[in-house]
Amino acid sequence: MALISRRSDLPTQRDASSRFVPLLVALMVFLAVLALSGLMILHGLTARWERDIRGTLTVQIPIVASGPEAEARSHAKVEAILNVLAETPGILQAQPLPRDRIVALLEPWLGSADLIGELPLPRLIDVTSDPFVTIDVKTLAAKLEAVQPGTTVEDHRVWLGRLLRLSRSVEALSMLVLALVGITTSATVIFATRTGMAIHHQVIEVLHLIGAQDDYIARQFARRTFYMGLKGGIAGLGLGIGALAGLGYMARSLEGGILPEVWLGLGHWAALALLPLAAAWIATLTARLAVHRALARMT
Amino acid sequence: MSRKLSTGPEHVIRFESVGLRYGQRPEVLEDITFALKPGSFHFLTGASGAGKSSLLRLMYLGQRPTRGLVTLFGQDVATVPRDKLPALRRRVGVVFQDFHLLDHMSAMDNVALPLRVSGVSEAEIKKHVPELLSWVGLADHLNAKPPVLSGGQKQRVAIARAVIARPDLLLADEPTGNVDDSLATRLIYLFEELNKLGTTVVIATHNEGLLRNFPHSRLHLERGRLIDPPPLKGA
Repeated sequence: MALISRRSDLPTQRDASSRFVPLLVALMVFLAVLALSGLMILHGLTARWERDIRGTLTVQIPIVASGPEAEARSHAKVEAILNVLAETPGILQAQPLPRDRIVALLEPWLGSADLIGELPLPRLIDVTSDPFVTIDVKTLAAKLEAVQPGTTVEDHRVWLGRLLRLSRSVEALSMLVLALVGITTSATVIFATRTGMAIHHQVIEVLHLIGAQDDYIARQFARRTFYMGLKGGIAGLGLGIGALAGLGYMARSLEGGILPEVWLGLGHWAALALLPLAAAWIATLTARLAVHRALARMT
Repeated sequence: MSRKLSTGPEHVIRFESVGLRYGQRPEVLEDITFALKPGSFHFLTGASGAGKSSLLRLMYLGQRPTRGLVTLFGQDVATVPRDKLPALRRRVGVVFQDFHLLDHMSAMDNVALPLRVSGVSEAEIKKHVPELLSWVGLADHLNAKPPVLSGGQKQRVAIARAVIARPDLLLADEPTGNVDDSLATRLIYLFEELNKLGTTVVIATHNEGLLRNFPHSRLHLERGRLIDPPPLKGA
């Protein structure tokens, strides 16, 4: 590959850009690592939530008083609701949640199970529906209301809709950050390349006058920029991975159940590992184009 | 000065009513008209400030004329596509008055530059460049960088760089200005050797001794105009 094998005619090693371009690319790749990993984690989470929720309904039967008599009444009502659900087309399974399971669900939020056990709790029925059949939730809710006043059907759509909107906004923001990182990297490289061209104007003029093609000169700037970009990119990736590891450690040290267990897969890590190369490639292409544009203005 | 012109590609370079000005200042070259045949040898003479360097700049495509027609190897330089200009420039060897050597490179790498931009192999470069540098008396300075070379040595490196690729047209701006008479004579012999191989040579000089010893055709500039050359002093 000509980019790697050719020697340089330009004494660019001691230019000021040798220091600040890798530094800035490192910072940009660091930000890109955070933005891209955030984007990928959020995307995974959203997909999981969507998958988990699609095809499920929750039926809530109003709070009943505690005691053996009330328990028996409540049991009869649940049975009646289950019968209606069993007759509804598209419903594959309806499973009442045991009281201890409801208590367990509430425990992280309300504390001691003994205390919760004494509270009047609603009965919940976990319904699994056929994802390919559309159930008219309003009609179903009306039917169940007729069997047991106060019964509600929750299909989670409102909650999921809001969550998806939030998630999509954050994803768009992450992509904007990635785009800004790319633009900033390009702007820095253009500035550094122009400075380099001004510093080495005489060398460029000599090369130009002895018949060097514009691309011969542009390749020399591009090659140098590639190495600077790669160097900075690898440093930025290292910093980014360190930051992710730190965040992961902090997330794991929190009380379980509050944050969902989501982490990056192999494909995600591969995408992050490509960021330094992408930064180096953007820098190289930008330098090459900047040199071509500047040389086009020469005689 | 009236000169007979031909429009055919038999001329290496042709100027027709060429004028050149820098910015809004008066023209430094006015109505320059001449044509050089392949294999010809010319001295470009004139007092300091007469426009010799400007004329050479136009000839090596370092500058575009303000007006008039310049053709190089039969091609109108004003209409040649930009990407074809390097190929034209590679056919022209130039010895710049201030050498234009690259200080960060050795004498060897400076001389090799025209070959490298043309894509000549490193094996060829390692064979021919030391040979030429030896010929100009710099065998012991192959790896020396210009800052440690004397004025005369730099000039010889510049000359070697201009001739290494066997150009069709060789332009030299005061190439003997920093060397003694003996070496100046040797350098002109080198240019004559190249000329015998078909290279058209134009040498800008003040050195009347050379003009007397090497009686080639003269292009004489006076205040930006080409005129018939005056007789040499003591001739």
